[in-house]
Amino acid sequence: MTETTDLDVREGVDRETVETVQSMGSYKHGWNTEIEMDYAPKGVNEDIVRLISNKNGEPAWMTEWRLEAFRRWATMSEPRWAMLNYPEIDYQDQYYYARPKSMEVKPQSLDDVDPKLLATYEKLGIPLKEQMILAGVEGADAAPAEGRKVAVDAVFDSVSLGTTFKDELAKAGVIFCSISEAIREHPELVKKYLGSVVPQSDNFFATLNSAVFSDGSFVYVPPGVRCPMELSTYFRINAENTGQFERTLIIADKGSYVSYLEGCTAPQRDTTQLHAAVVEIVVLEDAEVKYSTVQNWYPGDENGKGGIYNFVTKRADCREARAKVMWTQVETGSAITWKYPSCILRGDESQGEFYSIAIANNWQQADTGTKMIHLGKNTRSRIVSKGISAGQAQNTYRGLVSMHPRATNSRNYTQCDSLLIGDRCGAHTVPYIEVKNTSSRVEHEATTSKVDDDQLFYCRSRGMDEEEAVALVVNGFCRDVLQALPMEFAMEAQALVAISLEGSVG
Amino acid sequence: MLKIDNLHVKLEEEDKQILKGLSLEVPAGQVHAVMGPNGSGKSTLSYVLAGRDGYAVTEGSATMDGESLLDMEPEQRAAAGLFLAFQYPVEIPGVGNMTFLRTAVNAQRKARGEEEMSSGEFLKAVREKAKDLQIDAEMLKRPVNVGFSGGEKKRNEILQMAMLAPRMCIMDETDSGLDVDAMRLVSDGVNALRGPDRSFLVITHYQRLLNHIQPDVVHIMSDGRIVKSGGPELALQVEEEGYGDLLAEAG
Repeated sequence: MTETTDLDVREGVDRETVETVQSMGSYKHGWNTEIEMDYAPKGVNEDIVRLISNKNGEPAWMTEWRLEAFRRWATMSEPRWAMLNYPEIDYQDQYYYARPKSMEVKPQSLDDVDPKLLATYEKLGIPLKEQMILAGVEGADAAPAEGRKVAVDAVFDSVSLGTTFKDELAKAGVIFCSISEAIREHPELVKKYLGSVVPQSDNFFATLNSAVFSDGSFVYVPPGVRCPMELSTYFRINAENTGQFERTLIIADKGSYVSYLEGCTAPQRDTTQLHAAVVEIVVLEDAEVKYSTVQNWYPGDENGKGGIYNFVTKRADCREARAKVMWTQVETGSAITWKYPSCILRGDESQGEFYSIAIANNWQQADTGTKMIHLGKNTRSRIVSKGISAGQAQNTYRGLVSMHPRATNSRNYTQCDSLLIGDRCGAHTVPYIEVKNTSSRVEHEATTSKVDDDQLFYCRSRGMDEEEAVALVVNGFCRDVLQALPMEFAMEAQALVAISLEGSVG
Repeated sequence: MLKIDNLHVKLEEEDKQILKGLSLEVPAGQVHAVMGPNGSGKSTLSYVLAGRDGYAVTEGSATMDGESLLDMEPEQRAAAGLFLAFQYPVEIPGVGNMTFLRTAVNAQRKARGEEEMSSGEFLKAVREKAKDLQIDAEMLKRPVNVGFSGGEKKRNEILQMAMLAPRMCIMDETDSGLDVDAMRLVSDGVNALRGPDRSFLVITHYQRLLNHIQPDVVHIMSDGRIVKSGGPELALQVEEEGYGDLLAEAG
């Protein structure tokens, strides 16, 4: 992570960003690690569902829960209402479970760890101590930590490799572990909350995920606890033809606070890969959750070959009074993005915020936005969406703001800006607004603009090259959202904005 | 320093000839003014020198210290020491003025193989120069030119000029839209930058700016050519008599 001053993060792109761009090439996470993998046979059926459940050592109730979801999924059909155009997905031509072989036996020190796995962590920028812990080295928790404190959970293909800072978190009463561990160790919490925000039957992709999710992260913050550090999960798809189906469950108990960061990368492949995750967040009375994502799945090459198909269901339930949730997302990757992180504002005076930057370049297609469902009185929501399209990409903002009859005196403010680079891309805005009481107020502002030649010439006449100029202008456009990100992510996001737009001009 | 020889330029899209054999030379350390009626091609001259798209050079040359400007990208010209103060400075929403300046300064330094300016050094330099131009901290934080008044925009151009320390400064109608006080501030800023290694090409409509920025040579431009050159008295003549007689005399 690059060091920089406050000023740069707040005000736009800086030199380091541009250097990073130059040194990185167009997709920096495009490497793949050759690690021996254990695969379940291709395709999905009840046996595969049982096998996944069995591999994770799950109790019978969980297996049943999955099977129920699978049976339902088998009767459902894929939604096609989004403004996305992609060939038919053959769900039987995917692997639903892959696991690095070396993880079968716990290593004793870093020397025993598959060096390729370690190299993977290095490239992801995970600090050494955290690497040790992630690699499952026994006693690694006792080693001194360097630098920043972020607890990391890494999910490599389908398996969570381990979680850092567990002891320190445990002292505060925070549970941060893989979901499979939570199913085994904290069944009462999982039983109570799993599927309570995104039910098994929610939608085609969420239902598939409910049947075959292999791993993911689990967070529980007890009443009144402010989580002592940021929690972070790195997701990486490595194996070929493998779908990734993580499941994340976060519970913020009364009066607690947690900030959670999620990063995603995948290698460059000619074939497309499926990713269908579910994130559920439960926010109880007076609690607050911040969930930030930098999604950088492989977007496919400049001719639209390969890339991740990303169908994600993310939802937060502000279940009790004064609960607060804030989604911030920077979506730069994936060939196809279908994603609407939502807030159910059930508790009175609860608040939901959604800040989004979605960049689509080359042949990428993104259909993304949010849903703010106001159920409680005096609830507030705020949506700031910045869509950037370049190349031949299509970028759609799709959002719903719904004020229910009981949600009196509620407010929503939506700002939805689109920026076009070049003349072959498209930006679309599809806001749905439903107001069923007379005391609530909904505001929607939308703009569409082009990066204009005058701005670029002005920057270049001052000495910046064309890509630097585009990065500066686009970072300015995204400023409101970048400011909502945690500091470390803001830097990464700025760099990503620049990288994603490489080759979009000239 | 700057040498323009028989420059012919047309608009790419309209096939319209704007510059028709323009020649002039600005030696190091001198201030030259270019005056001319509307439509004589003054702004085209400044844009072509800075490297804006949309113009085709059909004949002639423009060099800075013997190097052809016309083969360079705009950012290369900037790094080589050319600066254009825009007639209409461009707004860049969301990008702080300070960030913009620092990015520009360091981009040029990097292009020249020099070390980048540290945050501390940069802040100190900006504050000093901003003070002379009566640019306050608030204005430095605001997004580039967004919501700036006409005078603020022009002062901001001069601040950029001061920070980038170019050798060849082209000022395109910097006086347009300025009241008397702003004109004085801008002129003082420019005069402070005058020196033996720095040259200016001041493009203007009116003589009044030249009361504040004393030129060494005045060129009169008409229909894409320099039709007459002389000392500062030429500007006064324009002020008194208008362009009519001068142009008729030049044929």
